[in-house]
Amino acid sequence: MIDLTKKAGFGLAGRHRAEKRFKWVGRSAIAISLMFLALMVGSITLTASGTLRQTQIAVQVDLGAENVDPTDPASASYGRLVKSGLRDMFPDVTSRREKKALYNLVSPEGSFEAAKLVAKDPDLLGSTQTLWLTASDDLDLYLRGKIDITLPQNQRQISDKEVVWINALQANNQLRRVANWNFLTGGDSREPEIAGILSALVGSLYSLAVCFALSFPIGIGAAIYLEEFAPANRLSDLIEVNINNLAAVPSIVFGLLGLSIFLGYMGLPRSSPLVGGMVLALMTLPTIIIAARAALRSVPPSFKEAALALGASPVQAVFHHVFPVAMPGMLTGAIIGMAQALGETAPLLMIGMVAFIVDIPDSILEPATALPVQIFLWADSPERAFTEKTAAAIIVLLIFLISMNLIAILLRRKLETRF
Amino acid sequence: MWFDRIVIVLLAAAAGMAILVTVGIVLSLIFETIQFFGKVPLSNFLFGLEWSPQTAIRADQVGSGGSFGILPLINGTLLISAIAMIVATPLGLTSAVYLSEYSSKSARAWIKPGLEILAGIPTVVYGFFAALTLAPFIRMTGNQMGLEVASESALAAGIVMGIMIVPLISSLSDDVINSVPQSLRDASLGMGATQSETIRRVVLPAALPGISGSLLLAASRAIGETMIVLMAAGMAAKLTLNPLDAVTTITVQIVALLTGDQEFDSAKTLSAFALGLFLFGITLCINVVALHIVRKYQEQYD
Amino acid sequence: MTDPIITARGVDIFYDTKQAIHNIDLDILPNKVTAFIGPSGCGKSTFLRAINRMNDLIPSCRISGDMKIAGQDIYAPAVDVVALRAQVGMVFQKPNPFPKSIFENVAYGLKIHKITTSKTEMQDRVEWSLRSAGLWDEVADRLDDPGNSLSGGQQQRLCIARAIAIKPKVILMDEPCSALDPIATAVVEELIDNLRKDYTIVIVTHSMQQAARVSQRTAFFHLGSLVEYGETKSIFTNPTDERTQNYITGRIG
Repeated sequence: MIDLTKKAGFGLAGRHRAEKRFKWVGRSAIAISLMFLALMVGSITLTASGTLRQTQIAVQVDLGAENVDPTDPASASYGRLVKSGLRDMFPDVTSRREKKALYNLVSPEGSFEAAKLVAKDPDLLGSTQTLWLTASDDLDLYLRGKIDITLPQNQRQISDKEVVWINALQANNQLRRVANWNFLTGGDSREPEIAGILSALVGSLYSLAVCFALSFPIGIGAAIYLEEFAPANRLSDLIEVNINNLAAVPSIVFGLLGLSIFLGYMGLPRSSPLVGGMVLALMTLPTIIIAARAALRSVPPSFKEAALALGASPVQAVFHHVFPVAMPGMLTGAIIGMAQALGETAPLLMIGMVAFIVDIPDSILEPATALPVQIFLWADSPERAFTEKTAAAIIVLLIFLISMNLIAILLRRKLETRF
Repeated sequence: MWFDRIVIVLLAAAAGMAILVTVGIVLSLIFETIQFFGKVPLSNFLFGLEWSPQTAIRADQVGSGGSFGILPLINGTLLISAIAMIVATPLGLTSAVYLSEYSSKSARAWIKPGLEILAGIPTVVYGFFAALTLAPFIRMTGNQMGLEVASESALAAGIVMGIMIVPLISSLSDDVINSVPQSLRDASLGMGATQSETIRRVVLPAALPGISGSLLLAASRAIGETMIVLMAAGMAAKLTLNPLDAVTTITVQIVALLTGDQEFDSAKTLSAFALGLFLFGITLCINVVALHIVRKYQEQYD
Repeated sequence: MTDPIITARGVDIFYDTKQAIHNIDLDILPNKVTAFIGPSGCGKSTFLRAINRMNDLIPSCRISGDMKIAGQDIYAPAVDVVALRAQVGMVFQKPNPFPKSIFENVAYGLKIHKITTSKTEMQDRVEWSLRSAGLWDEVADRLDDPGNSLSGGQQQRLCIARAIAIKPKVILMDEPCSALDPIATAVVEELIDNLRKDYTIVIVTHSMQQAARVSQRTAFFHLGSLVEYGETKSIFTNPTDERTQNYITGRIG
């Protein structure tokens, strides 16, 4: 007779257990991937948080007329003045080695900072002033408890002597922690406490501008041709297959193309955002073409047919009636393509955008680096403080990428018309 | 209308750019590669067991010729790609199955973008994580178990690369699984199969060609990946299958050969282009096959 | 009169808020072919799919009322839908063989329900099913060919063989001949008639001639309601309801 319950046979119990197991495996696969994402972003964010603030030391600097010429303050040797200020704070330091260690409490860039402070505020001149100068990366790490003091002296970056000095400075309120705006407004530096990402960011923006200027019109043009005008022949098929394959070519191969053709054959300036942008444009072209074609395809043929029926030429029909409707979709694709380009590193290494760039580049022809390349360079640096900078630069990069993707999503939502 | 003709010609030229890029890639690689094979015989390149391109500054120094055997690089590339695929295939496929067959619409609306974030993170970030967090962790764990682990291990790079390609596999496979006709699921469920039986015995076998296409595309991506291996896998060219060893890959060597000081027209510099051509050729073949399989598969159920 | 095998009392079915089936009472007798007829969109397929809970797969679909098979409420919590569907099989509108060999298609149910593990028993059962479906002579020498290498009519008979391999008590058929040509349809109709002695068959059809040819009892659905139900002969020769009359004479539908 018919039994519909779980005791009906058919190995039901075991099969339902297998079903549960199967579902559980699927869930845990997703959980593993997402947990990895959380772990990665979380650990990087944590590492990056050290960059938010930086340590400054108050140094008494004698800016009297005998040291700084009031008519030409820039000519003074601020390095010497800062050093003597440090010596005055710790008069018992006498040996050469100890002096050197003492000077190292302040960043090597401290003298430039002093010069800048004076240039900004000439009233400081004429007497001894307290200047807040950026401390060295090791001091900063020590203050934040990142240096293990229990290790033997020769295995850590800070000696016992320095620890004594730092504690003394702290007791006299001669140390302070301030927001590290320099990270966002400065260029690269050999000194992690000074290094900033602005030069790399500007390099990236220049490259993206070139990339967009090239790939957007070409990509859209190609998409319109393939979608609206291309005859159904083997050449069109070839272009089609070609675009799909280009999308899967390793990025480094595009770098080789740039090196050999743009730099070697055309002689364009090495390390420049111009060449970087050109290489990135070639890479993003397939993405933009594929997205633009999808956008064009989603426009109902009736739009074009109506225009044709009224006597418009095919070109008019496409540009007046199909193109504007497809525009939001094409822009969305372009933004996503730009986001890909922003994160791309390998091809830029090939065309020499790995230069050490301190100054903010002024044009697309000057040597520059890009944000992801800066990350790569810093990740390679031995100083521990650079690890935090790297992580912070990654966070900045991710913020840019997330914003671009959000814009793309919002644009799609806002302008999406359904037919 | 002459205006229309000009517009169409311009549009066609834009489309032609795609072909021009491919031609450009081939040309840029091929000339240097031919020059390279003028200096180093093809058989040495393809079958050589040693890779040490350090040509000396002066020609009279010892070992000035360098050796250009690609096999250790292929070994390293395949080792890391294999680890990546071992990580990514089960994760990506089961995620795809769960997303397309089980998850509710609302859960899917959260999980899918979550996985897509993984795909959108630049590879340099994965490389940083692999080199800074995962590799030391693997080394520490390995040492505790009494294993000898290189500080830059193939395993760390491979695992991270695997996670990176999970979304590629899951989204391609998701599409493939979704295109299996509902009527097949109905037939199986209608005779009392459970959902997992239906998936394992009907849906997945039906989707197999498409899934294998997506796995091929993922493998090609792993082979061509540069930054993760550059930052986490090291420079040691050796023939080994030990995932705890440091290895190097084709892409890493291209970067190493072409960054920093280089002499133009030296065998060392030129070899990078030969490697590039090899890499391009391999990935192109895989891509062509994979795209062909996927397209054939889609036509089958259209 | 024999006891009904399937009894429906006050069955309502909704898609979201839209009601597709209104308060249906229906008894289906064993070892008979019962045809559901009516204009398209009248709910006959929805009702058919409710009998082995295939509507469970549609998240927006809800059902209320009593649906009993052999006296057991199939929507009761104690009921295992796997056991239900193993005993209430289904054949679909479009032939849907699995992308496997002919043999594997028929053996599918035997394997998942663990009905037999012995190889010879499996072979015997597959042969028996294919013979019952009238397909054996056509495929005996190519059991390893893929199921979709067969013609449309053969594919549908393969699907019927697949359904009966696990010996269900009831077979639900949802317009099984709508994708077939007239000759294949005739073969399948003859098969349905032969299967009647071992199985209870419920068939949805949009062809009144087919209902008249294969069924003993006919239910006429209209706008989600059961308008008239009885002996096929009397429905077609002497309908009591005007709507039935209009439908079978071709005035609506």
